[in-house]
Amino acid sequence: MAGWLEQLLGKKDKSAEQAKERLKLVLIHDRTDLTPHQLELMKNELLEVISRHVAIDPAAVRIDMAQDGREQRLIADIPLKPANARRR
Amino acid sequence: MTAKVLTVTSGKGGVGKTTTTANIAVALAGLPYKVVCIDADIGLRNLDVVLGLENRIVYDLVDVVEGRCRLRQAMIRDKRLPELYLIPAAQTRDKNAVSPSDMVRLCDELRNEADWILIDSPAGIERGFRNALAPADVVVVVTNPEVSAVRDADRIIGLIEAEEKGPARLILNRVNMNLVKRGDMLNADDVLELLAVELIGIVPEDEAVVVSTNRGQPVALDGKSKAGLAFQNIARRLNGEQVPFLSLEEKDGFFARLGRMFRTGGA
Repeated sequence: MAGWLEQLLGKKDKSAEQAKERLKLVLIHDRTDLTPHQLELMKNELLEVISRHVAIDPAAVRIDMAQDGREQRLIADIPLKPANARRR
Repeated sequence: MTAKVLTVTSGKGGVGKTTTTANIAVALAGLPYKVVCIDADIGLRNLDVVLGLENRIVYDLVDVVEGRCRLRQAMIRDKRLPELYLIPAAQTRDKNAVSPSDMVRLCDELRNEADWILIDSPAGIERGFRNALAPADVVVVVTNPEVSAVRDADRIIGLIEAEEKGPARLILNRVNMNLVKRGDMLNADDVLELLAVELIGIVPEDEAVVVSTNRGQPVALDGKSKAGLAFQNIARRLNGEQVPFLSLEEKDGFFARLGRMFRTGGA
């Protein structure tokens, strides 16, 4: 009904966009042979190891798979807590 | 002559591999090159009917491999073009009747006699696909703009790279421009972004393909339909020409048709 209105407002309800987003995720897992669950496990283990050496805020950590051509990359963004914050 | 061996594959079935093989073969033969097509889909042969040569089969691929006939005897000549030949698949055997090394040997024997050897691969990633891939110099992956076909294309592209037969080139088949415009079908840019391979053809969904397949006359025999023109352009790109992609955006109205009448090849 309000399809045209949503289109006008640029809402993401187009099925082609959904297909593309779903495929992006599926292809990452097909190519790496990693399930979302395994990725989550790996992420937790990584955090555990890193936090043994430096202070991090687990909530601010981002670990994602990204596509670079036909290669897959694991990209981790792990903000470190300042050293003085740790000493206190 | 030293033929190039081009394998057409897809992973998923039903995306138009055989139609694509037949049409690229016809278009290359029209340039004109000497083209030999091999149907590697043993047990499920179809390239013969799509090319309209089904009534002329005497020997097949397995007869050649098992030494019941000479290679020449299994090559059916298509009389509509100067030099187009088909080696049909066996219908009553299974994929294991032929091995990848049989295919390599057979293509090596043909290399000195043809410009192009086109192999129509069966769907799937098993023996039949390995057979079709083994002798390939160039691999073309056919897909449709839909999730299952794109996913399988990605898988097959990975296997082609693993076999060091890459980089695979992509044909996006059965694109429905009305759906693309509405945002309800993946477009070529979307698919290329996902698969990250070189595109060598976009073929619009076209009723002419259904009609011509019914008749056993591939659309690329003439460039009158959009699909026929798209296949002819693919053949020219494979031949090393720079051919711009068809503008599928145009409405097929009076002016578009008029425009096409005056254009030759190109566009």
